[in-house]
Amino acid sequence: MHADRDESAGTGGAAGSTLLSKARQDAVTPYTEGDPILQVRDLAKHYPLTQGILFKRQIGAVRAVDGVDFDLYAGETLGIVGESGCGKSTVAKMLVHLERPTAGAIRYKGEDIAKLSGRALKAVRRNIQMVFQDPYTSLNPRMTVGDIIGEPYEIHPEVAPKGSRRQKVQDLLDVVGLNPEYINRYPHQFSGGQRQRIGIARGLALNPEIIVADEPVSALDVSVQAQVVNLLDRLQAEFSLSFVFIAHDLSIVRHISDRVGVMYLGRIVEIGSDAEIYDHPTHPYTQALLSAVPVPDPTARDHRERIILHGDVPSPANIPSGCRFRTRCWKARERCELEVPLLAVPAEFRLVDTPARHDSACHFAEEKRVVPPEGELEVPGPAERGSTEREPGEQPGGTVREPGDKPGSAGPGPGQQGSAGGEA
Amino acid sequence: MLLEVRDLHVEFHTREGVAKAVNGVNYSVAEGETLAVLGESGSGKSVTAQAIMGILDMPPGKIAGGEILFKDQDLLKLKPEERRRIRGQEMAMIFQDALSSLNPVLTVGQQLGEMFVVHRGMSRKDARTKAVELMDRVRIPAAKERVGQYPHQFSGGMRQRIMIAMAMALEPSLIIADEPTTALDVTVQAQVMELLAELQRELNTGLILITHDLGVVADVADKIAVMYAGRIVETAPVHDIYKAPAHPYTKGLLQSIPRLDQKGRELYAIKGLPPNLTRIPPGCAFNPRCPMARDVCRSDVPPLYEVDERRRSACHFWKETLDAR
Repeated sequence: MHADRDESAGTGGAAGSTLLSKARQDAVTPYTEGDPILQVRDLAKHYPLTQGILFKRQIGAVRAVDGVDFDLYAGETLGIVGESGCGKSTVAKMLVHLERPTAGAIRYKGEDIAKLSGRALKAVRRNIQMVFQDPYTSLNPRMTVGDIIGEPYEIHPEVAPKGSRRQKVQDLLDVVGLNPEYINRYPHQFSGGQRQRIGIARGLALNPEIIVADEPVSALDVSVQAQVVNLLDRLQAEFSLSFVFIAHDLSIVRHISDRVGVMYLGRIVEIGSDAEIYDHPTHPYTQALLSAVPVPDPTARDHRERIILHGDVPSPANIPSGCRFRTRCWKARERCELEVPLLAVPAEFRLVDTPARHDSACHFAEEKRVVPPEGELEVPGPAERGSTEREPGEQPGGTVREPGDKPGSAGPGPGQQGSAGGEA
Repeated sequence: MLLEVRDLHVEFHTREGVAKAVNGVNYSVAEGETLAVLGESGSGKSVTAQAIMGILDMPPGKIAGGEILFKDQDLLKLKPEERRRIRGQEMAMIFQDALSSLNPVLTVGQQLGEMFVVHRGMSRKDARTKAVELMDRVRIPAAKERVGQYPHQFSGGMRQRIMIAMAMALEPSLIIADEPTTALDVTVQAQVMELLAELQRELNTGLILITHDLGVVADVADKIAVMYAGRIVETAPVHDIYKAPAHPYTKGLLQSIPRLDQKGRELYAIKGLPPNLTRIPPGCAFNPRCPMARDVCRSDVPPLYEVDERRRSACHFWKETLDAR
């Protein structure tokens, strides 16, 4: 079935791109292999604040996203972390065109999708799909799983002709580790983790190249989170997807990402590879954020340095001048008030070969390790994992299904089921 | 011992049958001690807390057995008015969602002051002064001006501080914090936990911290009780449990969380789902998900075996689990 998927991806993609190139060949910067698949430049979303009823006038703007730049390469996972209100979800919505940017460009294979509309937009959208945060509200309770996952084909019938849809949906269910026989069930018959799998299957339906996942596991229980994170990891390798993974949980982002961007008040303040950001952060906000994450190890309690930030994040309607982090920064000086720091490799690291040489928007960037190096803390060893971690479904070529992870009949509690029944 | 829960059973009578939310829970907290109760949703950790506080919805809830000894007095045998006197004054609770636990149409000053009016018989004016003092104490800037504001005018972290202030107001000897920082961002979570720890030290309060976050637990707890399907599966001092878990469920949880200091390999995932509480599997409730399960696990409910004098594990094979690390 994988071969079949790849084939259809190939033909579908080709059809899409010829359509595009015919339409606006001149507007497109040529895309060659190895270029970023997605280039985001100076992206901004401002929500106007108005006053008056009859004669509305704008008295300001909530600058939710205020100049974001990043590249996404084919097959990689870019993690975006930040606290609530930093604009990370707004970025996600703009990437899938649920929100129109106020300014800036989102170039998919060299073409600015922020300015597209109509048929051209539809063709591009097929390649950028989204997985939402809350598996309870993002699935229509009155549609069956088959209808939910198959709905994208109504909009893009070229991907799957009518007769083959049911089979396609069942294949997708199989890929995300659900029993294909559950195609006629409704969302309430599934647990949270299973619902998130349905959301992921819907995201995969159109063979997209890019998946934007906005907090895909934060609504799930700890033991179920790991199942879904592993699934995303496996799907990425299997379908060579590019991920934009948005989350507030720094540990999960490190686990899944190749590169990580840290957002604060509508901007990326630091971006680099996972080791650069986590082991060699140079921006004070990143350092504070990392030091605040509790590490599941009581021995770290005493020798870990904690940077406790004071105060709250300023309102995005009233962003401080200069560096937007300066109101909470312990290093802030006059220069920070006057001059906006640019997201670039800081001057002091520009000529040295160190992991600290990555983009950081701070005038006084310096490296500071706040996460203890691996191995320094004691971890219960992954002993005798061999027998337990490999579930039947994870073997290559086998079916992907987890033994206990089957929907029960409509149970009372949300998503709970008798595991005795599930095992039977 | 400040608080001792003995063999507590709580049931919920629903249309689908009787959901056994708490099945024989035992734990204790001493003065100044922090007990973390760890568990996933549906493990019974919050229901136990509600039973201790006496705020369980009955019906559908029903305390089917057990004792809750608070300062050597069984709370379950007290009259409602006696319990009301203890609640707030002797023990207080901090909830997860501060916005929905605060009254939106009363100012925070009125809500903080109410504690003093009701329990201490103070005048409104004195109560307001006390409220300002409390807000200062939990480091809310400009407390004097903000005492007249409504909950929605505060940020999430500030609201949680007000909840803490309210819980600490009458200097109770026991505080139950149910997921106090789950809704907060990490930097704010760090502020709030630090404040809570500081006040606890100052007042020598016993603290029951209910959470699913293994990181927070490692940071503040003295001892841990891990709950699964309404039972305690393991209790131990905090260092022991992280070093060498004696129950496969605890072990699975510890292995399944991604870590800040490590780049990911594939995560260990506990297979399956927690059981439906109306149909808890026979024997050990964890057996359908357990990599070590054998026949005896499917037939015999494991008692809390004594691992050492401060540690208990409800696993027939706790020794193997401990050794297999």
